[in-house]
Amino acid sequence: MKKTALLESEFKTKVGKILRTRQMTPLEKLFEIALPGGESLDHLPGQFVMVSLLGVGEAPISVSSSPTKRRSFELVVRKAGRVTTALHRLEAGDEVGIRGPFGNGFPIRYLEGNDLLIVAGGLGIVPIRSIINYTIDNRRDFGKVTILLGCRTPKDLLFSDETDKWNHRLDVMFECTVDRGDAEWDGNVGLITSLIPGITLEPDRTFAIVCGPPIMYKFVIAKLLEKGIPERQIIVSLERHMKCGIGKCGHCQIHNYYCCQDGPVFTYDKIKNLEEAI
Amino acid sequence: MKQYAILQKSHFADFISALAVEQSVMAPVAKGYDNYAFEPVTRASQIALKHIPTILPPKKYFMPPSETILEYSRREGEAVHPVVEYEKMILFGVHTCDLMGVQCLNMALSEHPEDINYLSRKNKIAIIGLECEDYCDEYASCHLMANDLPNGGYDAFFTDLGDYFIIHLNTQMGDDVLGRTKLIEPSTESHWDELMKFREKKRSVFKNEVPVTHQKIKEVFDNAWKSPVWSDIAKRCLACSNCTNVCPTCYCFDVVDEPDLDLITGRRRRKWDSCQSASFARVAGGESFREDRGAKQRHRYYRKFKYPVERFFRYFCTGCGRCSRTCMAKINLKETLTSLVKELN
Ligand SMILES: Cc1cc2nc3c(=O)[nH]c(=O)nc-3n(C[C@H](O)[C@H](O)[C@H](O)COP(=O)(O)OP(=O)(O)OC[C@H]3O[C@@H](n4cnc5c(N)ncnc54)[C@H](O)[C@@H]3O)c2cc1C
Ligand code: SF4
Ligand code: SF4
Ligand code: FES
Repeated sequence: MKKTALLESEFKTKVGKILRTRQMTPLEKLFEIALPGGESLDHLPGQFVMVSLLGVGEAPISVSSSPTKRRSFELVVRKAGRVTTALHRLEAGDEVGIRGPFGNGFPIRYLEGNDLLIVAGGLGIVPIRSIINYTIDNRRDFGKVTILLGCRTPKDLLFSDETDKWNHRLDVMFECTVDRGDAEWDGNVGLITSLIPGITLEPDRTFAIVCGPPIMYKFVIAKLLEKGIPERQIIVSLERHMKCGIGKCGHCQIHNYYCCQDGPVFTYDKIKNLEEAI
Repeated sequence: MKQYAILQKSHFADFISALAVEQSVMAPVAKGYDNYAFEPVTRASQIALKHIPTILPPKKYFMPPSETILEYSRREGEAVHPVVEYEKMILFGVHTCDLMGVQCLNMALSEHPEDINYLSRKNKIAIIGLECEDYCDEYASCHLMANDLPNGGYDAFFTDLGDYFIIHLNTQMGDDVLGRTKLIEPSTESHWDELMKFREKKRSVFKNEVPVTHQKIKEVFDNAWKSPVWSDIAKRCLACSNCTNVCPTCYCFDVVDEPDLDLITGRRRRKWDSCQSASFARVAGGESFREDRGAKQRHRYYRKFKYPVERFFRYFCTGCGRCSRTCMAKINLKETLTSLVKELN
């Protein structure tokens, strides 16, 4: 067997340097990463990267920061298994491998000039934050912006400093709910679906963006449809097992779509009849 | 007739030896109990000219069960070096079904973004096909899949016509490799006539193995999603993944790191993976979108008969019958198709 070096390969990773980390909850940690020479990742909101640790493996992680922030990007990693646990041991100054960005991202060009209703459940806020911050940084390009956020308990709330800011801005409408409150919590208690009926919106010019745990989609989408939002204006970001990110390994396949390339962002009309999608 | 040549059977032994002097030759070798495997050969006597589909298809040379894609040394931080492992070789004795298997892989793996590891290997393997004159066994459905007659995908193609082989020289590489043996001779009109007679006879032997036309399989799968066939399969399937491991058109893989004992150097490898395994589609929250074995098998069939038609305009089944031959639960592709066809009518 001969072996030769390849100049290029889709599996080649760039070396990312961790600039800063922040433990957000016992399970979630934020990493701010820069590519060599300050090269921009050049991602779209909603895209993801494959993060690699040599000797351990790779995991797909959404880019949580907006592309308007150019010299570095942020990832939020939940400790879920081998790679993610190993990532949690890293601190500023350490290196990680980065491939990507992959996936289609949110269709910003179609969203411009319209109202946005953004619905994030749990860890769904991580990819969604990239589009929220993008929208805020380009606020003039969008109509009314409504953000609904839900999570299990107040302790699970990520980015509370940022959500506070969103809450105080006049140009975004922000509502947050928890499944179970605690002594200090004086906000909404209830599932995220309970926030939707109270929202006023103009369905024809509203695009809804939904990201959260698999169980959430069916219920949230039903409520959005009740509100009269057309199917093709409901945009979901889906999670699948991913190994390659380039439409080859087969893990992320949903019917004829590869979630890593054709997704992870889909409009509801495209996937509503695909039984294994949501 | 320029594209055709002949090789006298009496020269076959010398022919194989001459090829083997030049480079590795892989050909079907009998392993007992009607099992065959592509293995390195140096002599014609090792080759099983009459063979049923080998346990593993020639895919194993194009996309090995396990291959290194990156090498690293942590002395250099997280930097990686992409590599490809390959072997220059001649594959001899590839049946029409397996030729199509390679054609399917070629399509899927050269679709953007290209699979460099596969493609760098592809051009180093010369393929010599060998025609079958009758069914390998009752599991084959090569006529239904339009595969009983050659459809390209080879550098040269042998048809056994008694005392001699007639050879279709399809590429310059085929011409070069065979020419260097100095054993092939120009063909004449009468050799060609013999080949046409042979093919004519074949047309009476190979008939649709399942009561449906090639074209109509599409329609069957447009309507098969909710079929009770899948729940029947769910009860029997053991999820052993044999069916996908032996399939010439399956190319799903897993990526794993293999650190050396020093934990400093190591490599990232990719390995065949199967949509039949429990963890294949499971996401971090523990949810799997195809938990049930019937759904997993349905996915396998849809990846042969529906999804690739939308993507590549062809079925990704060659009719080789390997999945049925190897299944411990005796789940049979021809029977599954037959049941689905019956439901449609
Ligand atoms: C598009 C996309 C974006 C994601 N974004 C984020 C994010 O921003 N933050 C975050 O914390 N997590 C994110 N995830 C989930 C994250 O990829 C998995 O938690 C991680 O891959 C688990 O890897 P592991 O090696 O730590 O776990 P393992 O020890 O391998 O397994 C733990 C669990 O994770 C599942 N899993 C393993 N590998 C993968 C994989 N490659 N893809 C999906 N599931 C897998 C396993 O089936 C198992 O249930 C995202 C996943 C996808 C597909
Ligand atoms: S599905 Fe079965 S018959 Fe078809 S190519 Fe694969 S192994 Fe052969
Ligand atoms: S070979 Fe048979 S038992 Fe094994 S996974 Fe395939 S269909 Fe199931
Ligand atoms: S992650 Fe490999 S095909 Fe999508």
